[in-house]
Amino acid sequence: MNNKGVDKSKRQFLTSALTVVGAVGTGYLAVPFLAQMQPSVKAMAAGAPVEVDISKMEVGQLIRVAWRGKPVWVLNRTPEVLATLKTLDSELRDPLSNESEQPASSKNPVRSLKPEIFVAVGLCTHLGCSPTFRPEIAPNDLGDKWKGGFFCPCHGSWFDLAGRVYRGVPAPTNLEIPPYRYVSDTRIIIGESAEEKTV
Amino acid sequence: MKPTRLTECGNWVLDRFPVTKFWNDHMAHYYAPKNFNFWYFFGSLALLLLVNQILTGILLTMNYKPDAKLAFDSVEYIMRDVPWGWLVRYMHSTGASAFFIVIYLHMFRALLYGSFKHPRELIWIFGMLLFVALMAEAFMGYLLPWGQMSFWGAQVIISLFSAIPIVGDDLSLWIRGDYVIADATLNRFFAFHVIAVPLVLVMLVFMHLVALHEVGSNNPDGIEIKDSKDPWGHPVDGIPFHPYYTVKDLVGVAVFLLFFTTVIFYMPEMGGYFLEHANFIPADPMKTPEHIAPVWYFTPFYSILRAIPDKFAGVIGMGGSIAVLFLMPWLDRCKVKSIRYRGGIFKKALFLFVISFVALGYLGTQPVTPVATTLARLFTTIYFGFFLLMPIYTRWEKTKPVPKSLTRLHSLEETLHSLEEQLPALIEEITELKPVASEIGHPAFKSSFFNRRPNPGGMINVISRLAKKAKGSLD
Repeated sequence: MNNKGVDKSKRQFLTSALTVVGAVGTGYLAVPFLAQMQPSVKAMAAGAPVEVDISKMEVGQLIRVAWRGKPVWVLNRTPEVLATLKTLDSELRDPLSNESEQPASSKNPVRSLKPEIFVAVGLCTHLGCSPTFRPEIAPNDLGDKWKGGFFCPCHGSWFDLAGRVYRGVPAPTNLEIPPYRYVSDTRIIIGESAEEKTV
Repeated sequence: MKPTRLTECGNWVLDRFPVTKFWNDHMAHYYAPKNFNFWYFFGSLALLLLVNQILTGILLTMNYKPDAKLAFDSVEYIMRDVPWGWLVRYMHSTGASAFFIVIYLHMFRALLYGSFKHPRELIWIFGMLLFVALMAEAFMGYLLPWGQMSFWGAQVIISLFSAIPIVGDDLSLWIRGDYVIADATLNRFFAFHVIAVPLVLVMLVFMHLVALHEVGSNNPDGIEIKDSKDPWGHPVDGIPFHPYYTVKDLVGVAVFLLFFTTVIFYMPEMGGYFLEHANFIPADPMKTPEHIAPVWYFTPFYSILRAIPDKFAGVIGMGGSIAVLFLMPWLDRCKVKSIRYRGGIFKKALFLFVISFVALGYLGTQPVTPVATTLARLFTTIYFGFFLLMPIYTRWEKTKPVPKSLTRLHSLEETLHSLEEQLPALIEEITELKPVASEIGHPAFKSSFFNRRPNPGGMINVISRLAKKAKGSLD
């Protein structure tokens, strides 16, 4: 023992050591505290595939289905729409869907398994609003450039009827295409990938 | 006089808990500048609204159910079946909008009179943190009724976090607690809205006030009242907060309540601005309302988000529009605080800023059209221009001289000296006045008093004798 005073360096060491131990302990406690805000097991389990009957769909009709709590659109596209889609490439940000989310089987210009039937998650890739279906050409509120498509009322993003995003709007990528496959000609299952079954 | 039981009892407490000291430090002996005007009502009104929100909020939790299946109906239950439930709910919902009106005016006051400047930078920072916490509180509270606007508003705002590179998607998933806005989100927002954020708010209010009472309040002239004190150490330009400002603020409260209660009783929805029409429809995750807009107090920032045609840049722009306010004390390089003595360029810049803020707010409530987008981009540019060019235009500002104090209180010698300086001019004025006076021809001007030439030395003698007498009587 040093009679003259305190061993400052030893005291400093003990203080630092205690601080480190305390910080590590706080860190360990933070993990369960923060992790308990993650989706629960129940929330993760909910996500069963949804079967849709498309036999009664008319040409040009759009139906909405709930899958994992999200709206999924199924659209029966007209031949005119399919013809228009080919002319839009120069106005689109990602016409070939290189930066967008879709199953490999839907990574084509019309973004679907069969050209007529278009399936997409109906949430804007910008901030998650559900865009409105506006198939008419050049309506008053959207102007002459509108060739029919999906318009997001929240922040004004434009998508064509293959869910491809236009240039100069806030949305960064094309609409997401969920995994889906045909059970028969008139029934599709959303949530099961077409690739998995063929492999 | 023999102390009564009651005073003995009181002293027993005071010896152990310094209530009187606290009261004196912050009310009775806290000196505030005597020239507070209209703009200084909003601090105490904000405090009143905080109390209103906490009280009505506690009452609402007694009947509200934070459950996606029950929430919407429980709000309607409060409105229809709970005795006076409608009043409590409208006080809470109107209180939220009133809170933002009061806070925006309170912040504008700081811009007007330079209340964010040295030595009050920390008061401003705490205030800005309060503003951010208040926005979080309001946003989370708006989800609770579980209407269409609640749902899609939350969807958009939480999606903002997903724009952050790399961690964005995991972060927004963590905030939601589910892959979409769901029961988990509602439940946790209830927890944040009811306990977590209010605690932060109360703590920040405390820090805001401690910092304020340490350096003292600013005032419309932007001068430091602590620089000139009377012989007892009190600022000559100050008056005790209590009773002067407590009473004055009570008048402010009365006028405020007149407006506040009118809204509560006659227009609680305020034409869809305070309570949006779409929020009277239960949340539907399948369909976004045709026109979605946040509540009015978020629309200026929402407009900025919409104006920028890129997801990440838009989020940065929106965040930046709030973050830049934190930097105000260092962006403004002008030494003069109050707008009364500042140069024309700052006045014009502030005017443009207010115009652009209000315009952005209006555009945020409107649907997207090409014209509106162009306008929003213009006003976004002005908004950021006001802040980012501030270090440049405030440096060369032509300011007016700022008075040293509000009250002229000179020593006797100083008074005599200044009198001596002013006298020749005074004499000249009187002698020039004389011919005019005789022309007027009023009998009073004909008296010999007006015809006599004043004697400067004699007058100084008389005045200094008088002053010495006055001083003697004081001593």
